[in-house]
Amino acid sequence: MKFKSRNFEGAETVLDIKDLSVNLPNQETVAPILDRISLNIRAGETACLVGESGSGKSVTSLAVMGLLPKGALEVTGGKITLEDRELLGLSHNELRHMRARRMAMIFQEPMTALNPVMRVGDQIDEVLQIHADMSASERKARVLDIMEQVHLPDVKRIYGSYPHQLSGGQRQRIMIAMALVLQPKLLIADEPTTALDVTTQAQILRLIAELQEKQGTAVLFITHDMGVVSEIADTVHVMKEGQIVEQAPVEKLLREPREDYTQKLLKAVPSLIPRKVRPPKSDDQVLQVQGMKKIYGGGGIFVKKEGTLAAQDVSFSIARGRTLGIVGESGSGKSTVARCVMRLIDPTEGEVRVDGNEIARLSRRQLRPYRRFIQIVFQDPFRSLNPRWKVGESLIEGPLNYGISRAEAMKQAGDLMELVGLPRDVLDRYPHQFSGGQRQRIAIARAVAMKPDVLVADEAVSALDVSIQAQVLDLLGDIQDKLGVAILFITHDLRVAAQICDDIVVMQNGLIVEYNSASEVLANPQHEYTRALTEAAPGREWDFANFCELKKTA
Amino acid sequence: MAKTAQPVSASQWFLGALSLPRKWRVGPGPIIAAIVLTVIVLSAIFAPYYVPFDPMHMESTKRLQPPGGEYILGTDPFGRDMFSRVVTGGRISLLIGIGAAVISVFFGLLIGLVAGFFRMADAIIMRIMDSLMSIPAILLAIALVSLSGASVGSVIIAITIPEIPRVVRLVRSVVLSAREEPYVEAATALGSSMPKILTKHLMPNTMAPLIVQGTYICASAILIEAILSFLGAGVSTETPTWGNIMAEGRDYFQINPGLIFWPGLMLSLCILSINLIGDTARDLLDPRLKKREA
Repeated sequence: MKFKSRNFEGAETVLDIKDLSVNLPNQETVAPILDRISLNIRAGETACLVGESGSGKSVTSLAVMGLLPKGALEVTGGKITLEDRELLGLSHNELRHMRARRMAMIFQEPMTALNPVMRVGDQIDEVLQIHADMSASERKARVLDIMEQVHLPDVKRIYGSYPHQLSGGQRQRIMIAMALVLQPKLLIADEPTTALDVTTQAQILRLIAELQEKQGTAVLFITHDMGVVSEIADTVHVMKEGQIVEQAPVEKLLREPREDYTQKLLKAVPSLIPRKVRPPKSDDQVLQVQGMKKIYGGGGIFVKKEGTLAAQDVSFSIARGRTLGIVGESGSGKSTVARCVMRLIDPTEGEVRVDGNEIARLSRRQLRPYRRFIQIVFQDPFRSLNPRWKVGESLIEGPLNYGISRAEAMKQAGDLMELVGLPRDVLDRYPHQFSGGQRQRIAIARAVAMKPDVLVADEAVSALDVSIQAQVLDLLGDIQDKLGVAILFITHDLRVAAQICDDIVVMQNGLIVEYNSASEVLANPQHEYTRALTEAAPGREWDFANFCELKKTA
Repeated sequence: MAKTAQPVSASQWFLGALSLPRKWRVGPGPIIAAIVLTVIVLSAIFAPYYVPFDPMHMESTKRLQPPGGEYILGTDPFGRDMFSRVVTGGRISLLIGIGAAVISVFFGLLIGLVAGFFRMADAIIMRIMDSLMSIPAILLAIALVSLSGASVGSVIIAITIPEIPRVVRLVRSVVLSAREEPYVEAATALGSSMPKILTKHLMPNTMAPLIVQGTYICASAILIEAILSFLGAGVSTETPTWGNIMAEGRDYFQINPGLIFWPGLMLSLCILSINLIGDTARDLLDPRLKKREA
């Protein structure tokens, strides 16, 4: 694999951070948010800041931009030098002047970073109005030019569009255009591709690299994704609990990680090599979906409205103890399928059989006896447990509905806590006392409490850090071995799918484009969309866990 | 037994109240409001036990007496003791305020839960609520009172009906956003029945905004009662309420301004306190304000 790691000797230093500390105000006793971190970035260099959530990556970037929330966080020591100017201690106005002209930032979620009621062209123009002395026609020409440079199609039309009329990738291009229109020396990108699909992500990463080459910008790139790091970084700074624990050129870091923490991070990156083929244990198909179709909306009392087709001709089946993955980008209909299977929404057409019982057409009341055979784990661990209930109450909710006594259900809940690797006294506490990974374990326990035959995991590990992700995946595998439950695993992440799935369904625009065993789908994709997906997966030629190139599988 | 508790002076208690845990630290305003409101409520409740005169008793020889002497606040044009009337009047005014708040919150919650959860019912219920809201509240109240006759009950109902749509809207909006939460969907998947999801998962979300809305309704009901009485469409004139007292005093207030001033002062203090407490409750309970703090 080719890494960037170019030579920067002699290149001028653009950003120099020295011993930067950030604390909560008036709380000297608490561990600092940033603990004397130092890093520097030279012209044309891409420095990646990696680490798990809460490690201080974003705080570092905000401190540089002078955007730390007032009263909540404050810089307590160190220096930040941009080219030759010391940034700490600059007044509000001076800092504002520095932003856009000398340094700029792009954010994770372009929809919220853009003003929804202003045309995107005017939003780029605004930057010029404030910071550059140009006539209206010069500005317009400049805006159209930068929009061309970020490869937006039909720039004249997009100039007059509102953010909601653009796709996620286009919005992020607008953000990049805004950030780079004044050719700043430093670009800070805070997880700019995390909210995007892999294929879009690949395009945006290419775009940033291209513009960087052209303008010689120094880029501080914040990410949690080691794949992205391997693609774009020159140097990597690994952060942990407010400290930089390792700094090295990208190739050195990936080949010979020095620190335990870095090794742990790399080892947790799920590999793209599919899991070993498991022979099916039984032919008992616990979940069968046949010709399912879902149209959202439509109908209407007076006017016949046209609905949105979210899924069509969806057919698959899962045998007991097996895992089927549904992979696709946002809008591909994979979550719709999960929700139809769960009967959280009603499929427009088609059959859903759980243990041979057709449930697609049952009424709410008729459905209740069958509910317990199929359970779901959601993506967001912070919203999937009722915040007002003790964990124990959440866990026994299901069993109580099926006539199990309270005492008995509580006893089982305690056993379940052990199964998912949490202490029993968790039952008496509230969800907010737990981390995301722990809550996801609780959510899994709640689903398993029903002794289901099918467990639907809707992006169940997507909101978690890689190391936690690996643990939760292990837990799911463990539970499958012990209880023989079939898992329907919905994900956008091919790496995760490779780790856990026996079979994979690839969906695009509501249709299944490929359905085969995991090893076939990943190693030998038939459909061009599947190929595009695998090729866009960042760092696909690198075996992160073993610190070397991926060996070509025979 | 050894005495462990030290006597606490009023000022010490007051300072202690100000240094509540940070979450509940509210500043002096709401505490003063709470004290004022408590005094008003207690004085109204216990009015029959301490008032010097029967508030209904007319003494034709002692009309329009100035304040001081036998009558602390003087007498009204019928020779009734103003002080007794003002504190007794609070009973009905507060009863109507609290009654209207409790009833409209109760029905609003019920209808709002149904509207938020069932889409078919929603379409019908909300159109009815929209049409109710399109009628001016005072007009509707006057019409209802004149149809059903003036009594405390009918005034409460007349005030409650225009308030219900507001509560329904509030509850419905909370339910609409809460029902999309994954934990509610998980409950569905766990086979929880609809009533259980409504009462155990969705209703608790509505409590904080309802408490706040309840205080506002209480204040506005007291005010509307006063307006209705002033217009002669309220509780029958024999019963003293703050509105009635002011309505009767309006012809003579140039001779004795206290006829309007005292009930008006009670009314203003009462509403001001309730609103202040409502605002404080909102600040403490509203998650959006909490977020801004974080």
